[in-house]
Amino acid sequence: MAQEPIIEAVQLTKVYNGHTAVDHLDLTVYGGEIFGFLGPNGAGKTTTLLMMLGLTEPTGGTVRVMGLDPARHPLEVKASIGYLQENMGFYRDLTGRQSLAYIAELNGLERKIAQERIQEALEAVGITAAADKKVVTYSRGMRQRLGIAEVLIKKPRIAFLDEPTLGLDPEATNRMIELIKDLCRRHEMTVVLSSHFLNQIQKICQRVGIMIEGKLVAQGPIEQLAREKLGVGDRTYTLEEIYMQYFQEH
Amino acid sequence: MKGFVAIYRKELSDHFSSYRFLILFALIAMVSLITAYLAGMNMAKALEGRVKPSTVFLSLFTAAGAGFSLVQFVTFFGPLLGLLLGFDAINRERNEGTLSKLLSQPIYRDAVINAKFSAAVTMIALMLAAIILVITGLGMLVLGVVPDAEAMGRLVVYFVISVVYIALWLAVAILLSILMRSVATSALASLALWIFFSFFVSIGANAVANSLTADAPPDDPAAIVKRARIENALSVLSPMVLYTNATATIVDPTRKTTRSVIQVGMMEQLSMARYSGPLPLDQSLLVVLPNIVFLICLTVICFAASYLVFMRQEIRSL
Repeated sequence: MAQEPIIEAVQLTKVYNGHTAVDHLDLTVYGGEIFGFLGPNGAGKTTTLLMMLGLTEPTGGTVRVMGLDPARHPLEVKASIGYLQENMGFYRDLTGRQSLAYIAELNGLERKIAQERIQEALEAVGITAAADKKVVTYSRGMRQRLGIAEVLIKKPRIAFLDEPTLGLDPEATNRMIELIKDLCRRHEMTVVLSSHFLNQIQKICQRVGIMIEGKLVAQGPIEQLAREKLGVGDRTYTLEEIYMQYFQEH
Repeated sequence: MKGFVAIYRKELSDHFSSYRFLILFALIAMVSLITAYLAGMNMAKALEGRVKPSTVFLSLFTAAGAGFSLVQFVTFFGPLLGLLLGFDAINRERNEGTLSKLLSQPIYRDAVINAKFSAAVTMIALMLAAIILVITGLGMLVLGVVPDAEAMGRLVVYFVISVVYIALWLAVAILLSILMRSVATSALASLALWIFFSFFVSIGANAVANSLTADAPPDDPAAIVKRARIENALSVLSPMVLYTNATATIVDPTRKTTRSVIQVGMMEQLSMARYSGPLPLDQSLLVVLPNIVFLICLTVICFAASYLVFMRQEIRSL
């Protein structure tokens, strides 16, 4: 695995109307890894992701994505990050294929390349059969997969996946996890995965960061955190134990 | 303008396939056709056996066919078209969660609002152009008068002013759709603004003018003129008055001023000169130029306001 930092945040801070959403955050994500981004609701995870995307300007501190400042080079940064937001919305009256074509057009892809990528993406997430049905008829799981496909046609170097398995049934969840793992391996994509399902995170993430009330309270490989927090060497542990430990301390 | 073309195309195709647009277009087309047809028939009957001057052609647009003229119809209901095309431009996407998806693509943020505004203006222009052309054709058929270059020029100017006027309300609606989260609220607020500025401002102007000149004797000519001046000055706040003034001399070459009868000189009133010697187009334009410029300014200001608000809005609140 390449150990070069692809995202670096230093003392990153965001204040909304007097409320500090992100508080002096230091975070590093390395190229090619799956980084688990954990924390309770409202901890500031989404705000952090938005700052990395250049959609929100930081109040203080700096963030570099592939060496670029997202606030100054928003187009370059947004072109190389695929963002699956929580509760992603879709244009109901478009079909799945049309939705993808629109994203491709917004990314300035040529029509021919776009068609190939759309086909690829549809196959990768397994919704080819429903590609020409309107999105309004899609089930929750299909929409989630269409969301992933929208990320894929950009062929991004980095993917931000905010709760990609929320609302999926266990079988679909497993398939989604496999899909993410597979994509990361085959396309050398760096994935920042935010989720509340800690056992999934434990299954696929090499490193995790835990964010509570705007502060990053822990960052590192899961084994290392386990050693530090639980003091266990070879006893089996779960990420949940580690997380709860941090959570209770704050 | 990265992303502009893509969004513009999508917005246009959305408009074309929406029921809202179809219903609106059917309604407007029907009303304007009936109005123009009735007006044309009346005129044809009245002018039977006479030589028709080419200015008669423009009367198709200004003569009341079924209670109101086409120009009046656009004055009253044109704004509704702008409001309907814009009141949910931004907040619908925000509510459905597609706005932040759109903005996380590699496009400039202003491409979104520019493309939405341009697409809606295109729709307005298409609709108006279609109606004006159809009525022109209908007029030739019913009246048997072919419009000369002058009349066509007047129609083009009228068309441009009308598009600006409707685009003003479009800009207002888009501004409200940025400021307000709920689609229903922005729809109602834009309707309320439209009613206020179109109807209540002129009533208010009248009341203010009356109260300011209340102590003068009712037959004092100076007081009457003063009252009319105050009323006119305040009415300029109403886009509807502005538009009515701006198009007044354009669609009616025999009109030489936008002033009310009170302010027209005595001799001019008596002399019937109003009806003879129509003005050439450039002179007509000159008379109403201030109104046109003011209308354009209002539209630009409204759009600039929505542009600024949209560019500065925190994405988190999107």
